[in-house]
Amino acid sequence: MRTKTVLIIAAPFLAALLSLFLGAYGISPLQVLSALRDGLAGVDSPETAIILDIRLPRIVLAGLAGLALATSGATLQAVLRNPLVDPFILGISSGAAFGCALTIGFAPFIPLQAAAFLGGGLAVLVACLIARTGDGGMSRLSLVLSGVIVSAFFSAMVSLIKFFVEPMKLQSIVFWLMGSFSLAEWSQARSAGIGILLGCVPVLLLRWRLNVISMGDEEARAMGINVSRKRVVFIAAATLAATSAVAVSGIIGWVGLMVPHLVRMLAGPDHRRLIPLTMAGGATFMILADTVARNLTDFDIPVGIITAVAGAPFFVYLMKRNGKECWGR
Amino acid sequence: MIRVEGLSFRHHHAPRAVVEDVSFTVDNGRIAVLLGPNGSGKTTLFKCIAGLWKSCGGTVRLDGRETDGLSFRERALLLALVPQDHTPPFPYTALETVLMGRAPHVGLYASPSARDVDKARAALETVGVGHLADRPYTRVSGGERQLILIARALAQESPILLLDEPTSHLDFRNQHAVLSWVRRVAGDKGLTVLMTLHDPNLAAHFAHQVVLLKEGCVIADGIPEQVLNEGSLEQLYGVGIGTVADAGRRLFYPRSA
Repeated sequence: MRTKTVLIIAAPFLAALLSLFLGAYGISPLQVLSALRDGLAGVDSPETAIILDIRLPRIVLAGLAGLALATSGATLQAVLRNPLVDPFILGISSGAAFGCALTIGFAPFIPLQAAAFLGGGLAVLVACLIARTGDGGMSRLSLVLSGVIVSAFFSAMVSLIKFFVEPMKLQSIVFWLMGSFSLAEWSQARSAGIGILLGCVPVLLLRWRLNVISMGDEEARAMGINVSRKRVVFIAAATLAATSAVAVSGIIGWVGLMVPHLVRMLAGPDHRRLIPLTMAGGATFMILADTVARNLTDFDIPVGIITAVAGAPFFVYLMKRNGKECWGR
Repeated sequence: MIRVEGLSFRHHHAPRAVVEDVSFTVDNGRIAVLLGPNGSGKTTLFKCIAGLWKSCGGTVRLDGRETDGLSFRERALLLALVPQDHTPPFPYTALETVLMGRAPHVGLYASPSARDVDKARAALETVGVGHLADRPYTRVSGGERQLILIARALAQESPILLLDEPTSHLDFRNQHAVLSWVRRVAGDKGLTVLMTLHDPNLAAHFAHQVVLLKEGCVIADGIPEQVLNEGSLEQLYGVGIGTVADAGRRLFYPRSA
């Protein structure tokens, strides 16, 4: 168990190092190392610029986005007691995409991060309001269903924006929506990093509570947890993390659903381990996926396509192999 | 001690109250059993006492403290609930499950300490399932799962224990095994216990006190020898009841069936 844990925690750093050596512009491993040294010493060279200003921010951004989406997925799965939800299914991603598309198309003065959070927050709020029953409770199933409804609605709104927006902006919306880190810069990593940190740190601190809450509202209350309040905190944190990622990368599916399951199979469902390991796993997965995306062909394939192509069959395999075990039933 | 006074509950727009003006007291260290047919309001009464449902009329005092206005944490320190058998969404180990009972003792941003883990292990040992600590809670038998849930309630270290139909999914042997553990642990730790059961024979054997609930009202309350007889059970369940006596115990059976 301990070696497994160490390996998972070390994985994103190893993946990042590997990714640093690979790229469209041929640089030998030795040159990469000397460029890193030059960069630290403040010497400018084309290699240093490629490594430090193109590859490294992209790797950091991919890692942050993967961490955020996976953490968000694990949190939502626990709080809603449903192994099949993630930011995408609940409509958070679509809501964030709507906010961003609106901003790119018509209101470029609004920061993307804020637009994404408002859109994603609106989506999850509406989903919760639809799912609310008369006595103030909220059934698991109806919340997922209303998430699907909200998701479909916001996807339609994005299509509407695409229809009305001018061609140049349409192109950037379409490309952004496909999910890509190809335009990564340090400034993006910084702006996304703040939101992701603000979303993930509370989850990390409160993570043991997720165990208790996942047993169901009444049981958790009987064990002294104020479920309604905690749920708001957790959902808000998960929304902030996910929308911060969507704002810089577009919609990237599968990570939020798949990584928590994968980690659960390796390390068990206890959120004291699951949350930190999911963070590491999400970052690793996204870094590797993005490395494939930019090295597989001469083109920079949107990473969202890679995660879906890799994720769907992999998930089927996992489900067939021991889905019963990881879903508890 | 549990003291319930004038407890009533009515669903929104429902014409009739589910529970109407229920009052009873369970003294410290006693095991009380709530008997009643399906739909008699047992579950409702339980949820009101446990504070899971708001807007229950009347008062509930736990160890002398009125429960209105208590936070969930304060209430959890007074009362632990063993739910009916259920399937959790994730296959936590027995130890992880029992550890959850430490929630009211663990600080807001903290995780359980080594001491909490020790207490959880001790709770598992107390009900004789220490060997299951690392087994997934989803892959043990129904009787073992019930004992793990009882261990979780013990880890909560509350003086009052509520058990909601602890025998409903258990076979004949396990029904007696689980209730024997409840009786032994409650005696050792001086817990006040209130549980719902469906079998008057189990109630007669394990309870110090029996409360009969019919259509939301208490129709009898007292020690089993007084409360449980053919007449009261016929009134409660609406079927003819016969009795056989053997080895100093009375056994009830439905006569019509």
